[in-house]
Amino acid sequence: MGEATGIEIKNLYKIFGPNGKEMVQKVKDGMSKAELNEKFNHVLGLNDINISMPGGKIEVVMGLSGSGKSTLIRHINRLIDPTDGEVLYGSEDVCKMTQKELREFRRHKTAMVFQKFALLPHRTVMKNTVYGLEIQGVPMKEAENRAARWIARVGLEGFEDHYPNQLSGGMQQRVGLARALTNDADILLMDEAFSALDPLIRMDMQTVLLDLQEELHKTIVFITHDLDEALRLGDKIAILRDGAVIQQGTGQEIVLRPADQYIADFVKEVNRGRVILVDTVMDKTRTVKEGGLTISSGIMLEEAAKTFAETGLGEASVVNGDGRPVGVLNVQDTISAMVTPATL
Amino acid sequence: MDWIEFPSLSRGNLLTIKKTIDGSFKEFTRAYGDLIDKFFDPLQDFLVLLERLLITSPWPLVLAFFAGIVFLMSRKVSITVGTVIALALIGVFGLWEDTMRTIAMVTVCTLLAIVLGIPIGIFMARSDRVQRLVNPVLDLMQTMPSFVYLIPVVMIFGIGKVPGLIAVVIYAIPPMIRLTNLGIRLVDQDVLEAADAFGSSGSQKLMNVQLPLALPTIMAGINQCIMMSLSMVVVASMIGVKGLGQEVLNAINNQYLTAGVLSGLAIVSIAIIFDRATQAYGKRLQKHSEVVHG
Repeated sequence: MGEATGIEIKNLYKIFGPNGKEMVQKVKDGMSKAELNEKFNHVLGLNDINISMPGGKIEVVMGLSGSGKSTLIRHINRLIDPTDGEVLYGSEDVCKMTQKELREFRRHKTAMVFQKFALLPHRTVMKNTVYGLEIQGVPMKEAENRAARWIARVGLEGFEDHYPNQLSGGMQQRVGLARALTNDADILLMDEAFSALDPLIRMDMQTVLLDLQEELHKTIVFITHDLDEALRLGDKIAILRDGAVIQQGTGQEIVLRPADQYIADFVKEVNRGRVILVDTVMDKTRTVKEGGLTISSGIMLEEAAKTFAETGLGEASVVNGDGRPVGVLNVQDTISAMVTPATL
Repeated sequence: MDWIEFPSLSRGNLLTIKKTIDGSFKEFTRAYGDLIDKFFDPLQDFLVLLERLLITSPWPLVLAFFAGIVFLMSRKVSITVGTVIALALIGVFGLWEDTMRTIAMVTVCTLLAIVLGIPIGIFMARSDRVQRLVNPVLDLMQTMPSFVYLIPVVMIFGIGKVPGLIAVVIYAIPPMIRLTNLGIRLVDQDVLEAADAFGSSGSQKLMNVQLPLALPTIMAGINQCIMMSLSMVVVASMIGVKGLGQEVLNAINNQYLTAGVLSGLAIVSIAIIFDRATQAYGKRLQKHSEVVHG
């Protein structure tokens, strides 16, 4: 499989109401969500969204309920029609596709996992998993062979003939994931896929997803309201509030440089050790010669701290992929960066 | 105090209106009655064939056939045994032939109601406008006294099986249509969205998601439809539908208490058999929703 294609969202607006199109200009001229609602009785869903989602990476869209994140993900496969703007997949604009093109796009290029699983209750695990292939017209035997592989991959071997409501929530979402993966689509859309699961199962599913992504390199769009989940999964994170993107960047960028007080409040309680890279804290002005403790560049502070604790040493050389030293990290800086708000 | 009188049409005017409508309908009947009659011929042939098959076949065979069908649908010995006993008693009291006629009639009516009702229900579920149009018609069909719509039916078809069939179907089809519509509309939006997200076409969504999930409700509609057909065949006996209904009618006219009660009980037994069998079948279709993760 070649490199997955990214998604480019440009100037996307969604205004709910009978005359959404006419309201776009008012919003562009600076009318607020509250004003639009009060004066014209239209609801501003998405306000000038511009996100570039890199191919083969996990893009997390984070926001609290009502922020528009679920609306946003539904624009990528156009379950919701935009009021204005573009959603580009390669050179194609999803918003301009005809119904037939859109159906083909959904069948072959996208697959979706839902918060409430949305499995077909009258079908077994196997019959749920082949659903995407079935409607593409793939012969049943081949479809079941391909599905069986993914059912096994998500750890549901032996449950093929069970019905969804015989399974626990976590297992049901594994079916949802297997169903999406069996489609073998470039884009994986995950709408609060793990939000309905209890914390331990959620961690478990996150691990499953990260493991899968390591070999599949799909373009994943992951919606969540949980910052820890966003930081753990996201190669890139976009934070949404009242239908507008208020900050986007890597997890580290968001934790270290919150764009406003809202995000600052959000990231206050985050475990920094799991977000900040050693590269950020290390002393780049000097390097130490051969010998002594080395840790690799690109790992998180928590891991570095663990190494310090195990060895009892106070200083380590940070080396890059080729083994070349790029800086020095000492235990003092590591700990202080983990417990106090540091800056870049 | 003239104004206190209700400004009704004068007798003469009213008479003219009635005469004109009746006259033109009669003309219509004379001109097209035969044609419409012909159109329903296949249905009548089918009904006659089924009736003859049930009556002329040896009774043990028919009894075994019914027991077999009931068992296949319900998978319950109790219901099957009950069916055999009820049918045997009906035979003992000399109502076998009438009962077979009634069963044939109800079967054809129900099949017709299903064949017509489900597609109409699907159209209703797909469009709010169709629902707005069809709903008042269904209200009319359900509340209009059946004797009233028997009049034009008899004018076109005369007395016999087909007018009876039409009268029964008109009476029994509304729950079929309503429950199909309701069943489809109640399908979980999340599941429909998932079907859309995977690129289902309209018909794929209907066959894979909407109809299977609406099936329990549709089964309830079929059950209701059978029950209403059974109650209507008694009324339809007034326009020449033979069977248990005619026995009842006879008993009323001649004040035969025992004959009336026996025929009535025979109708009740068939109703119970049909009801239990279809309900048990409907329940079996939902077996996926019974086994719950513990």
